[in-house]
Amino acid sequence: MANGNGRTGLKDRIKETNDKLWNSQVVGAILRPGSPFKQGYSDSPRNRSYVVMNNVLYHLHPVKVKRHAVKLSYTLCLGGLSFFLFIHLTITGIFLMFYYTPTAELAYVDIQALSTDIAFGSLVRNMHRWGAHLMVLSVFLHMSRVFYHGAYKPPREFNWVIGVVLLLLTLLLSFSGYLLPWDQLALWAVTVGTNMAGFVPVIGDQVKFALVAGVQVSAATLLRFYVLHVLAFPFIIVIFMAVHFWRVRKDGGISGPL
Amino acid sequence: MVDIPESLLRRSAEAKAKALGVPVEQVLAEMKGEGPAVEVPQAPEPSPAPSSPPVERGESPPEAGEGSETPEPVAVEEEAPAAVATAVEDPMAADQGDGVVEGNGAGDAQVAALVSPRPSVPPTGLPEGVRTQRLLTVVKARAIQDVKAEPHDKINTWPHLMLIEFGALLAMTALLVIMAVVIHSPLLDPANFNATPNPSKAPWYFLGLQELLSYFDPQIAGVTVPTIVGLIGFMMIPFIDRNPSTRPSDRKFAILLYSIFIAGSATLTIIGVLFRGKGFNFSYPWKDGIFFEDLADWLDFE
Ligand code: HEM
Repeated sequence: MANGNGRTGLKDRIKETNDKLWNSQVVGAILRPGSPFKQGYSDSPRNRSYVVMNNVLYHLHPVKVKRHAVKLSYTLCLGGLSFFLFIHLTITGIFLMFYYTPTAELAYVDIQALSTDIAFGSLVRNMHRWGAHLMVLSVFLHMSRVFYHGAYKPPREFNWVIGVVLLLLTLLLSFSGYLLPWDQLALWAVTVGTNMAGFVPVIGDQVKFALVAGVQVSAATLLRFYVLHVLAFPFIIVIFMAVHFWRVRKDGGISGPL
Repeated sequence: MVDIPESLLRRSAEAKAKALGVPVEQVLAEMKGEGPAVEVPQAPEPSPAPSSPPVERGESPPEAGEGSETPEPVAVEEEAPAAVATAVEDPMAADQGDGVVEGNGAGDAQVAALVSPRPSVPPTGLPEGVRTQRLLTVVKARAIQDVKAEPHDKINTWPHLMLIEFGALLAMTALLVIMAVVIHSPLLDPANFNATPNPSKAPWYFLGLQELLSYFDPQIAGVTVPTIVGLIGFMMIPFIDRNPSTRPSDRKFAILLYSIFIAGSATLTIIGVLFRGKGFNFSYPWKDGIFFEDLADWLDFE
């Protein structure tokens, strides 16, 4: 639209460019048709569905859920919080990885530097550590709330089994991270912990040997725990979480009210 | 006979009356079973395109059907199957997304209109290809609807569920930041293989186990309890507990067992954390101090 001088004003040009951008093929390829990001959001049942449907969110949530499922008092959000804590731990963990070397000479020094020299290093390390403890707690509480609701009963038996594996993996993740500061607390807590694994009959010694990369906890254990902690266990737990979430939906959403 | 709403009955009667060329009131009375069967005047109109005859299915009593001379029964037979295909659709069904066509429990779905998709001969005056619909009759909806599931009380994930999730996320983030600012992570002396600290404690979530180990033979505490009871036993819970009810009053025993498990592990863990001192011997936190390095920064206020 022309302004008073018969020329195109800056405002109109910006609008024109903006429209061109949002109607371009690139944006069209990124956003699904009808995406609220493209069309603007006004509250309507159709748009409420689109927010979930035109989005990767659709992998986690259906468009509609049972009314009682959103009552905070039912799930206490504990499963969701466990998942959120896992994401939180991944993000803070990536930050820590930039400053950490998994060798007996450098590990302790690096953690010391994180706690004193590096910007936000202490805050992020603390958040990672307390987040890990909270995750163990929230997974345990989530399991308890599932039990008290009897939510493991058919058709959800298998999801409970997956859940027990998730609990085990959560403990393993927390335990493997415990060694990484390579201080006296880390070394001896892990020594006590892995000694308990050695008491398992028949396979006990083998399990312990594989876990600590030797007969006793040593410098080699540090690298082993590091790789397990930052790569192997997260990889496995993500797979089990995916199956867990998928089953929650396939089993008909959250179990019914008591 | 089903209660058919007056308005539908009237529409049906009007259509029938128009087709037969008789007064509406007469047809209506007959449909309600109050009047005599309608006498159909033979060949009422010399029109070259007579509209198709009425169809009566299931709705009028058999005697009435026989009494009235229905013209051109062949045409009726042809149309009937097509007409049955129309059903009242549940407006919610499209939203369920579960692949289940849900029945509509509401009263207004008790009746479905059977609509002929097209008259056997198009009425005059309409352009080529234009189809009209006529109400043929009214039947009880239940008969042709396949109800598979009762409707649930459902609400939109966005905004209702997602706002709650977002709130929980913010609350948890706030808790994490506050904890991280207030409590510092421990960092003791560098690892030393030659200096075993006294006591040596496992991480807190294994302290209950370590506590058990101090009472029992390691073969029991280190093996039987964690692997058999802990892992395999827990995985088997859904297959052991065959009680289908989820009501707490029906599951007293299960709830009792689980509560004992929680209370037991909590007690063992608390003893391990607070009441174990030098040599993993029993100690009182208020007398001998707390031997729990994880929270050392926080517990040492002096
Ligand atoms: C990493 C750990 C875990 C994560 C991230 C997780 C996540 C979730 C989420 C988000 C839900 C949806 C409902 C809710 O929030 O309560 C859920 C449901 C469920 N979880 Fe977990 N979970 C974990 C561990 C476990 C464990 C340890 C168990 C049991 C041994 C378990 C058993 C179940 C069952 C049976 C359901 C269905 C509950 C229902 O329908 O009411 N999960 N989980």
